[in-house]
Amino acid sequence: MPTTRRQFLSIAGGATVAGTIPIVTLRPLEATPAMLSTAIRNVVGEAQIHTGKVKLDIPPLVENGNTVPVTVSVASPMTATDYVKSIHVFNEKNPQPNIGNFYLNPSSGRAQVSTRMRLADTQKVVAIARMSDDTFWQVAADIVVTLAACTEEMN
Amino acid sequence: MIFWRAIAAATLLAAAPALLAGEIPPDARRSGYSFMGPDTRAMQDDDTSNPGMLFVLDGEALWAKKAGSADKACADCHGDATTSMKGIAARYPAFDKALARPVTLDQRINLCRANHQQAPALPYESRDLLALSAFVAHQSRGVAITAGDDPELKPFVAQGRDLFMRREGQLNLACTNCHDDNFDKRLAGAPITQAQPTGYPLYRLEWQTLGSIERRLRSCMTGVRAQAYDYGAPELVALELYLMSRARGLPMETPAVRP
Amino acid sequence: MAALINVPAKAKRGDVIEIRTLTSHIMETGFRHTADGALVPRDIITSFTCRYNGTEVFRADLFPAIAANPYLSFFTVAKESGKFEFEWIGDNGYSSTASASITVE
Repeated sequence: MPTTRRQFLSIAGGATVAGTIPIVTLRPLEATPAMLSTAIRNVVGEAQIHTGKVKLDIPPLVENGNTVPVTVSVASPMTATDYVKSIHVFNEKNPQPNIGNFYLNPSSGRAQVSTRMRLADTQKVVAIARMSDDTFWQVAADIVVTLAACTEEMN
Repeated sequence: MIFWRAIAAATLLAAAPALLAGEIPPDARRSGYSFMGPDTRAMQDDDTSNPGMLFVLDGEALWAKKAGSADKACADCHGDATTSMKGIAARYPAFDKALARPVTLDQRINLCRANHQQAPALPYESRDLLALSAFVAHQSRGVAITAGDDPELKPFVAQGRDLFMRREGQLNLACTNCHDDNFDKRLAGAPITQAQPTGYPLYRLEWQTLGSIERRLRSCMTGVRAQAYDYGAPELVALELYLMSRARGLPMETPAVRP
Repeated sequence: MAALINVPAKAKRGDVIEIRTLTSHIMETGFRHTADGALVPRDIITSFTCRYNGTEVFRADLFPAIAANPYLSFFTVAKESGKFEFEWIGDNGYSSTASASITVE
């Protein structure tokens, strides 16, 4: 019985005729929940992180972990005195916990950023917004990835 | 490990009782686009967010660039590609009289380079060749596929159909087992499509770059653990010709985006 | 170093407009290996900046987890006619720029 998700993916990949060559190496280097916490603390410091205001828009089941569209939006009037300073996106299981940091200002008009990210495995994605009053707000989303990114070998 | 692979293969073989000969009827033909989720479709729909368009842009620049000892650009003979190249890719692979066999668009580009520009051939799957063929094929976007209509191509279409129907590799699967008999089902989480090559060269998320149909076919062959034919091999040309003729009537989508 | 930029050609003063950018770059993560086991070194775009008539209106730090051919979309308030300038900076001295004009009435 395959004991790890990686082994199962490797076998399933071996049987697939979708045409991928899943030479998956059992790589010890992988982000851990501890790395994720550290990365978040690097941005947030000792401040408390509130839940709310931030929305993560990611397809719950991605078609390919190599390119996952993601949109982060923050409810904010975006005025000179009440705006979003920055948005930070993290992940739980890629080899590295950071995805991107986005810096806004009052003239941004809307606190919404879209990009495409890589997700190496089914995992949690966390988005944290820093407001102009230096409070932090977060949201997390669980994403299922059926084909892993990052761990494919080069042909 | 091999035990589980055999179980998976046996399950698939059991699900496909007999080789259902015959093509998908024209009104039931569906592009791979219809098997994708809304986010991937959105990526293809917008020309400013379709990564394949980056290559089309590069190809547009190459079209105007002088090359070879003849110091000629494609544009010098073919002029404005939006008119001269419209509909071309929809009827490729096409019969080349001098060579007495079908050639793919990539091969045609290299033949032009050799014969008219006196320039060296661009390697298969190289960035420049992909950019040029993406640019040319993009001019046929929306045009219905008519490849294979030429009567001189009949024996080659038949050869391609043979290859499509033939079981191969350690998993002993033929293209038809999945793409005629089991489309709309799923394999390892991914939907099985009809394998209609409407958008080549396309941006495949798995490759994170643009790739040709030959790259895709070779990947498929490796996927069933068969030794893939070399780039440019007559078998790959025949297969591509058969696949395009099987897709007759579907509009071109180059550059498509696929998972 | 091709780039595709989507900026509305025209806007009314005060409109919140969306700017979409797409640039070609392999974004090599630095975590992949060749068949021989050699590590493929990291080669990514690390930062993106957008300036509107010289003033920075958006900036991003990019990490290996950003997909190849990075796509970025963000918003800004249309204030005056002029130029948007985009700059991508990355490993190995990578630098690429693009620009787009806007007429604000």
